[in-house]
Amino acid sequence: MDKRTTESEVIAELKSGMTIGIGGWGSRRKPMSLVRAILRSDLKDLTVVTYGGPDVGLLCKYGKVKKLIYGFVSLDSIPLEPHFRQARQAGAFQAGELDEGMLQWGLRAAAHRLPFLPVRAGLGSDVVSVNPDFKTVRSPYDDGEELIAMPALELDVALIHMNRADASGNGQFLGPDPYFDDLFCHAAKRRFMSCEKIVETQDFQKEGSVHTVSINRLMVDGVIEAPGGAHFTECLPDYPRDEAFQKEYAATAKDPDAWEAFKARYLDVSEAEYQEAVKSR
Amino acid sequence: MSDATRAEICAVAIAECFRDDGETLMSAFGTTATVGGRLAKLTFAPDLFMTDGTATAAETVPALGGEHAPDVVKGAWMPFRLFFDNVVWTTNRHAMMMASQIDRFGNQNFACIGPHEKPKAQLLGMRGAPGNTIYHRNSYFVPNHTAKVFVEKVDVVSGVGYDRAAELGPATARHHDIHRVVSNRGVFDFETPDHSMRLISVHPGVSVEDVIENTGFELAHDDVVPETRMPTDEELGLIRDFLDPKGLINKEIPS
Repeated sequence: MDKRTTESEVIAELKSGMTIGIGGWGSRRKPMSLVRAILRSDLKDLTVVTYGGPDVGLLCKYGKVKKLIYGFVSLDSIPLEPHFRQARQAGAFQAGELDEGMLQWGLRAAAHRLPFLPVRAGLGSDVVSVNPDFKTVRSPYDDGEELIAMPALELDVALIHMNRADASGNGQFLGPDPYFDDLFCHAAKRRFMSCEKIVETQDFQKEGSVHTVSINRLMVDGVIEAPGGAHFTECLPDYPRDEAFQKEYAATAKDPDAWEAFKARYLDVSEAEYQEAVKSR
Repeated sequence: MSDATRAEICAVAIAECFRDDGETLMSAFGTTATVGGRLAKLTFAPDLFMTDGTATAAETVPALGGEHAPDVVKGAWMPFRLFFDNVVWTTNRHAMMMASQIDRFGNQNFACIGPHEKPKAQLLGMRGAPGNTIYHRNSYFVPNHTAKVFVEKVDVVSGVGYDRAAELGPATARHHDIHRVVSNRGVFDFETPDHSMRLISVHPGVSVEDVIENTGFELAHDDVVPETRMPTDEELGLIRDFLDPKGLINKEIPS
């Protein structure tokens, strides 16, 4: 089945109020071309679930986020994401802050079609008080231990970015870490994968072992060819993080004029124009 | 030996935290803590396991910033999922985390300052601190020991301290273990009857009074508090000639 599609077609499927999971980790292999398409859309009141990076900062800056479910938001080389910080400090969205591992278990519960998974991480910390809807469950065995019943993080949509994909929805990571992209796909009703390059299925093993084809076509509903689609986050080995661009992005948090200029040049434009603007710097 | 800087003394105090850990994952955050952890592996704790900071184990110790140098021997694959599965959930790790605030019982905050609903300053977020503190041994490194960091009560608890762990009961708290705190002023543990923080050594040039004045809660200490040990010549050589030739730790902790 040919599942090739475009950012615009994906956005047309999304609705305000949806729960959207975003793959990658921090400022690494984020599906930024899809995030940029959300910025250009009328979508709002989103619940975003992610190991956050500039995807979160941008969605917050645009006021798209009603609730954020996260363990952290970081630009890695810039530890604190300044746009996310501003939105948090303004109380602009509901902060469903978790331990990083709890986020994994919430996705896993959804992936396994379970209502919750018992988890010890979080007990004793303020994760419990900032998520007052979380309940505990007592072990039915002799130990009787009380654990957090981490609710399944069921996603309406998962967005991930891979190095290579084929038209049928198999996806390959060529960098060091698969992150939790597979879990995001398993936890979601609709799954969209952008990639640096669409290749023939028989060509996957020219660039990586069979183990690097970590996403299979049962896990994906749509494939978008988006060269530079993770920019400015890193997408190794295709490209490292664009540190100069990331610095420029981060600096706009302190300077409204710089933000307006950045927005006009890079975000109020199509993806093709974005990629051109990046190249012509 | 006598010309050791405060940062070098701290690095050795950090290394000492890992001395008896055997074969476990050593994670350290912050420049001086990174140097200290690696110093332990290079000297008295060779079985420590560490990563290159990305997704692979480093089986030989890299210099600061040299994690991907070609001569670093890479071992097993360690992506984030294995980090969780292999060392956090199995308790086989000793992390030295930072603390923006820490209290008398070792509750730690690096999530945010002010109320969580609308913080005055958003910091890192919870990250892995809740899970780390309930699952495995942790220590803390504080390069700027003041009464604003060592506080009576932290604004938000990201890392769980001894009083909260005790409330969870022995089953849940069985892996909870805050080993030590190393600051730019001294070294601390929680080996008191109520697991409140205790000053166990002051760095050379620091008085017990200095530490107490810069601590926002009642700090336990013996009548005589020893000085933190000085680095050996071998340790100073390893820090200056190999681990940190640019002396970056001295920027994190000025003498």
